[in-house]
Amino acid sequence: MTLVSGWGRFPVVDSEVLRPRSFAAVGEAVSAGSIARGNGRAYGDAAIGALRTVTMTGFDRVRSFDPASGRIRLEAGVLLSDLIDTFGPRGFLPFVVPGTRFVSIGGAIAADVHGKNHHCEGGFGRYVDSILLRTGQGETIEASREQNSDAFFATIGGMGLTGIILEATLRLRQVETGWIRERVISASDLDAAMRALEMSDSATYSVAWIDCAARGRDLGRSLIYLGEQAARDELPAGAAAFPVGKDPGLGVPVDLPSMTLNRFSIRAFNELYYRMGARRAGGGRVVSLYPYFFPLDSLKDWNRIYGKRGFLQHQCVVPETGARDVLGDLLDRVARRGDASFLAVLKRLGQGDGILSFPLPGYTLALDFPLRGDILNFLDEIDRLVVAAGGRLYLAKDARQSRATFAAGYPALSRFNAIRKSLDPAGNIRSKLSQRLFDEV
Amino acid sequence: MTSRKTVLVLGGSSDIGRAAARAFAKAGYDVVLAGRDVAALEPDAADLRARYDIDVSLARFDVLDTASFDAFAGSLSALPDVVISIVGLLGVQQNAESDLAHATAIMRSNYEGPSLILGLFAEKFLARGSGTLVGVSSVAGDRGRASNYVYGSAKAGFSAFLSGLRARSSRGGVHVVTVKPGFVRTRMTEGMKLIGPLTVEASVVGDAILQAVERKTDVVYVSGKWRLVMLIIKTLPEAVFKKLKF
Repeated sequence: MTLVSGWGRFPVVDSEVLRPRSFAAVGEAVSAGSIARGNGRAYGDAAIGALRTVTMTGFDRVRSFDPASGRIRLEAGVLLSDLIDTFGPRGFLPFVVPGTRFVSIGGAIAADVHGKNHHCEGGFGRYVDSILLRTGQGETIEASREQNSDAFFATIGGMGLTGIILEATLRLRQVETGWIRERVISASDLDAAMRALEMSDSATYSVAWIDCAARGRDLGRSLIYLGEQAARDELPAGAAAFPVGKDPGLGVPVDLPSMTLNRFSIRAFNELYYRMGARRAGGGRVVSLYPYFFPLDSLKDWNRIYGKRGFLQHQCVVPETGARDVLGDLLDRVARRGDASFLAVLKRLGQGDGILSFPLPGYTLALDFPLRGDILNFLDEIDRLVVAAGGRLYLAKDARQSRATFAAGYPALSRFNAIRKSLDPAGNIRSKLSQRLFDEV
Repeated sequence: MTSRKTVLVLGGSSDIGRAAARAFAKAGYDVVLAGRDVAALEPDAADLRARYDIDVSLARFDVLDTASFDAFAGSLSALPDVVISIVGLLGVQQNAESDLAHATAIMRSNYEGPSLILGLFAEKFLARGSGTLVGVSSVAGDRGRASNYVYGSAKAGFSAFLSGLRARSSRGGVHVVTVKPGFVRTRMTEGMKLIGPLTVEASVVGDAILQAVERKTDVVYVSGKWRLVMLIIKTLPEAVFKKLKF
């Protein structure tokens, strides 16, 4: 047995970890209580098996690529970073990337990850053509929109619970460059921020960084980052069409004392960040896709900033109608506590693609909290606001929501469970997350 | 016909072999992957073609079948520019202490086979007047230790062979690189207790091999820390060293 945890390093639990090197070995590895794990970037307990965790990162091959259509067939353990570094210079990028490039293809499908373009282009699953899936009852099936479509839509956003994703076919976006034309808008409060996001609905990429230490009149003050793929003739003179993605060199070598992030250091950081950004507001500039999409990837092991007790990310989505009130209430409570950190992100989402996909048309807010004090109670309180507004929490980030919160947020659960049961009558595929939230006990 | 350079990877299905092939393919080399089980190399060949749009071919090579080496070298469609030997067998030290067949397999896989095949290509490279040979040896060859001296002694022999071959070939336009990877996270070391700061991913070794070929480095310790560790281990007096169990 090995101690396993997600990116948030809470919870830490015992699980048997297997690293199969062939699809036959994957079959042998799956037994009661197994779940697949990619690069371990889910924050909570999604990629920890109830008993067994099947690590898929050894499957890192590209099977085929067709430059004419941009279609690529990959093994599930290929990382997005690898895909970007290899095919970016050839003029192809994934349509959807989350906030870190160090996720596996299998993980990106299982969480139906979204990026800064979800409001107009949808999530990762929208660009998946088909999936090779090893089900809990031992069948290997190809699932697509046309064939085994129930399994397909249950697997997109299905948190690995329909089986082990072995391979997938994706469509890549043809791009002229690996650069983004960025524009920054500063918004003095929450209303201004939401208005700015609404008005920039036609921007391909948009996201707001919220100063969650700001209170009162400043509540919700934000910097909004808009972006478009830059064309070749927009690049600074002498720039290569595709920038080099540096491996994160600088890292956090040890767990910092949990004191490091306190209300004073967070407030100071936020103040500084807001002022620096506001100065750039208005003008456009061209930035490499790496800092634009993956600002935190340049700091290796940044999760260690929170100390060894770990941290929680709370990411909710609330429907458009009534979003302003619930987000205002939520941000006000967070600002009063003062311990949410520099990672408060607000974004507009569109319709989700999978049965259990997180996105719904509305606003998503993501907040990080160090794991200490009464944070669990506080988040339960926040969850009640989210549920009352018809919202839900992102399973890839979750480590602590209640069964009731989950059930209220995901009404399609019964349909998902029926499909899951047909693929895995014995219930072999189970994670700590599924046990916590919805498996029959 | 292509004007690109070609690299031959002996032991192409190993994790370091795959990583080296990717590094060279990315740099624009065509690749020949060689290993015992050609069918098992096919997915890696497809991976390299899809990623880098290069030519990849496969060849059957068994490091213990030294009688076949001449025919193997002759069967290649063209003499490669770079030959990398990654083949080897870690084996189980405890078994090798009493099982002579196992000890023999370790010695032949890590010393005899790799030395003979690189020596053979050295002759062809010298006749042509160009080429680079890379032998993946091991820090274990720097001093025989109680816990792995059968493997270590074979790697020591291989390192000595490479050293001599380099001295002889350098005037003939042929360069020889000795690579000592230290701990690498691979199938070979799976389940072993590795020391985190001294352990690297296979991709790091692959990139280091490419860099050593391009810069004509002689001996590469993939992580500089290993050079220091082995310097200490090598300079311990035998009276002290023999009391150590590691």
